[in-house]
Amino acid sequence: MAPYFGGSLSVWGSIITIFMVALSIGYLLGGKLSTRNPSPVTYGMFFIAAAIFSLPIILFADNIMRPIFMAIEDPRYGSLLASILLYLVPTSILGMISPYSIRLLVQTQEHSGHMAGMLFFISTMGSAAGTLGTSFYFVLWFEVNQILWGSVAALLAAGCVVLLASYMLEKSAPQGSAKATAK
Amino acid sequence: MRSENKLLSFSVVTAVLTALIFPVLVNAQVLHEERSVYRDITVAQNGNRRCLVFNVLRGDRNQTCLDMNDKDRLVFTYTKMSFAGLLLTPSPKNILVAGLGGGTIPMAMNELFPDATIDIVEIDQAVVNVAKDYFFFEENEKMKVSINDARVFVKRAGILGKKYDYIILDAFGGDYIPEHLLTQEFLEEVKLIMSPDAVLVANTFSTSRFYDHESVTYQQVFNEFFNFKLPSSGNRIIMTQLGPLPPRGTLASAAQQIAPSLEKYGVPLLEYPNKLSTRVDWDMSRRVLTDQYAPANLLREN
Repeated sequence: MAPYFGGSLSVWGSIITIFMVALSIGYLLGGKLSTRNPSPVTYGMFFIAAAIFSLPIILFADNIMRPIFMAIEDPRYGSLLASILLYLVPTSILGMISPYSIRLLVQTQEHSGHMAGMLFFISTMGSAAGTLGTSFYFVLWFEVNQILWGSVAALLAAGCVVLLASYMLEKSAPQGSAKATAK
Repeated sequence: MRSENKLLSFSVVTAVLTALIFPVLVNAQVLHEERSVYRDITVAQNGNRRCLVFNVLRGDRNQTCLDMNDKDRLVFTYTKMSFAGLLLTPSPKNILVAGLGGGTIPMAMNELFPDATIDIVEIDQAVVNVAKDYFFFEENEKMKVSINDARVFVKRAGILGKKYDYIILDAFGGDYIPEHLLTQEFLEEVKLIMSPDAVLVANTFSTSRFYDHESVTYQQVFNEFFNFKLPSSGNRIIMTQLGPLPPRGTLASAAQQIAPSLEKYGVPLLEYPNKLSTRVDWDMSRRVLTDQYAPANLLREN
């Protein structure tokens, strides 16, 4: 972003705003989707979709930001629009993961709060670790695009693990899986 | 005798320590404090010296000082050093200054070259306000300030096909140059807005882990540059142009011609040609800073 819109406070503001908006949309959609026939396969697809929709950030960032830079003179609105085009979709998809996970993990009403708490704990801790790792170490060791490729690879790997696990589960214990799906 | 010596050395040590620990605000009268979204700005006056101070985490740092008794005379060595660019481009017509500070450099330029157009780009409106209210900075027909990020300004100027023949990079953020103004891509964009006879004058620090990275990056983009350091300053001025650098003899004769006009600003231009070095005194194996790799925040800590 900085090469096109500078490093002013408003540029940081746009990026953070769009992440927040995207996550809220994701939470809403993920929660909604979890009411309709929730399955680990759909869940795994979230990760893979997020990975795919993150690719433009690496591959087309310049192609997306250059026309915006040309069209909008005010860097505040330029960076806002660029954030929307680059981050809104992948971040929304990532936001869908949390509520969907809760739906898949919760078996009974009593321990739903416990599970939700656990999930918030893991996801927020993960964010903290990711922020610390990136800002303290990764930017020194890698180029920005290498870090992004790493995230894409991690998302793909997570998606594959979920898909593989659900496939194995279905194979070994068809009743168990059927129960989960029926619910 | 010995105890006298001891006393003397003790007082010298104390004086030095005091000077180091309380560099700016001791005995100074605070004239004005301004909060901006980027930093706190203080205007302080000590005797007849009025200074613009940015309050940053690692302590206060003077950005610009003004001698109230002799407003033309430049106080800081690095400010004077930035006029060495005149050795390469003696009569600039289109000047770009990134980073306003108290505005002393552009004001002197405006006075020296009243017909030259001076574009100043400054990210912080509060700095412009303070420069106008306390440092006698004024915009005029020829000299205008744009409130913008220097990177954005330069990129747009490049697209619009604007050319400058004297470019001063003096944009400092919290405690160093913002990292998107240090990269190879940025310097390539600066190159695009340089006219064939243009000079680029960049103010940097001579002591930082950046030194090597910065040098390698400038070398990558411009092949060679004059490295300009003086013992009385912690700053290092990088000076370069698009074509090959001129020999020292040319610089010396240019200095002879220009020096008289700079006398009232206290710029010892005649001394400068001998201090411009092209010797590589940095670690050539360091990585070039790019938009992909410019971890300024990390390097700064060491």
